[in-house]
Amino acid sequence: MSAPIPDPSVPAIDVQDLHKYFGENQVLRGIDFHVDAGSVVCVIGPSGSGKSTLLRCVNRLEEPTSGKIFVEGVEVTDPDVNLDELRSRIGMVFQSFNLFPHLTVLNNLTIAQQKVKKRSKDEAVEVARRTLEKVGLAHREDAYPAHLSGGQQQRIAIARALSMSPDLMLFDEPTSALDPELVGDVLDVMRNLASEGMTMMVVTHEMGFAREVGDNLVFMDGGVIVEEGDPAEVLGNPQHERTQSFLSKVL
Amino acid sequence: MSRRQRAQAGRLVQYAILAVAVVVIALVADWTTLRTQFFNSQILPSLFPELITTALKNTILYTACAFAFGLALGLVLALMRLSSIGPYRWISTTFVEFFRGVPALIVFIGFYYGLPVAFPGRVLPGGTLGVVTVALGLVGAAYMAETIRAGIQAVPKGQMEAARSLGMTHSRAMISIVVPQAFRIILPPLTNELILLTKDSSLVYVVGLGLADSELTDFGRRNLSQYVNLTPLFAAALCYLLITVPLSIVVRRMEARSEKAR
Repeated sequence: MSAPIPDPSVPAIDVQDLHKYFGENQVLRGIDFHVDAGSVVCVIGPSGSGKSTLLRCVNRLEEPTSGKIFVEGVEVTDPDVNLDELRSRIGMVFQSFNLFPHLTVLNNLTIAQQKVKKRSKDEAVEVARRTLEKVGLAHREDAYPAHLSGGQQQRIAIARALSMSPDLMLFDEPTSALDPELVGDVLDVMRNLASEGMTMMVVTHEMGFAREVGDNLVFMDGGVIVEEGDPAEVLGNPQHERTQSFLSKVL
Repeated sequence: MSRRQRAQAGRLVQYAILAVAVVVIALVADWTTLRTQFFNSQILPSLFPELITTALKNTILYTACAFAFGLALGLVLALMRLSSIGPYRWISTTFVEFFRGVPALIVFIGFYYGLPVAFPGRVLPGGTLGVVTVALGLVGAAYMAETIRAGIQAVPKGQMEAARSLGMTHSRAMISIVVPQAFRIILPPLTNELILLTKDSSLVYVVGLGLADSELTDFGRRNLSQYVNLTPLFAAALCYLLITVPLSIVVRRMEARSEKAR
């Protein structure tokens, strides 16, 4: 499956002055952020910095309190938007995989294709097999998620998102729940995806991945974007004191 | 005495008490009368085949219909309870509290005598079966609604999120992803509910049964007065065990399996 041809004039994700409260607690304090079509943007920061919340606002798994979000020029925050159609074009990968445990691997990949994209069973199975091939797990299509390792489950979860033929992909700490030796396989899949030109927003703690694959790096802390720019630049020569102190702890 | 010897002696005393109790009961009981009263070999054969072909069959039929109706209604009530629309939640809560809090016997009597008053000239279709299905089903639904609701809430939040992120609507995600998983979680308590309904189906006797509609308890009582002997009732009781014991074994197996899967 080839990645969609990016239209460079419209940003894939455009976030304008985003605020988000959980009750009294303000998690996002005015975020302006964008992801160009075909680029990979990594978001790093300490836990509680709001980076996952920002990502989850993009497909409105979290309701923004105020501000605007556009995906490919369509306003996500518009109350009249067809959210289900929009979400079917935004692939999402969770930290905890969230595979459907009562379905086989193949059915995990076909159910939304059939119910949402209205693809025929044959077509859905064909697409599913092709994406499974891509993540190197074609031989496990009859397995149930519980019988797979964490790394395999996450690659299936990526395949599930990809089988919807999304225009862009959101990754919410995709390797944080994995044993260290399983991280590599998942990052390989993501690296391949990036090299095919997929638009990706990746919340991660994998600095190596961010440096190598990312086109842009965003450092968040306390609900604001503290610093952003070329990954090698931000990681190698952080300008802001908070970035320096965070990086000194994780690198 | 060492600690270990004391523990041994304690166990010995417990066995001794048990043995004495068994011996005393065995000596005091009137075994001959017991046998003629509860296991009379002259009466027992005359109960067949109606015990099986009518009584056991009807008990199973009533229970199965009431369970199916109760399960469907219970699912609707559970979804209403979780609805974002206030009145749906209130109706569901009121229904559940009412039918859980009222004896099933009263529901049966209320249905049998109340319905013709409420809807003059109309009868519930299906005769006795209709009454049992609805009356017992309503009681079962109230219990099952709470079980199903708990099951739905036990499905991790990430499942709904994953389904929604793939573009499924809320109801589609409920039907295809959440409810199937909820039912796996609650299979053991639902089977327990089936056992309870099997026993409660005996309450149908209050509506006054024709011979062909007779179920186990009614059948036992009928023959009890005919033969002036407890054997028919005892046979009916054994038939209940024939249904309930395998079911509880199934429940135990399922619980053991889900324990292992965890």
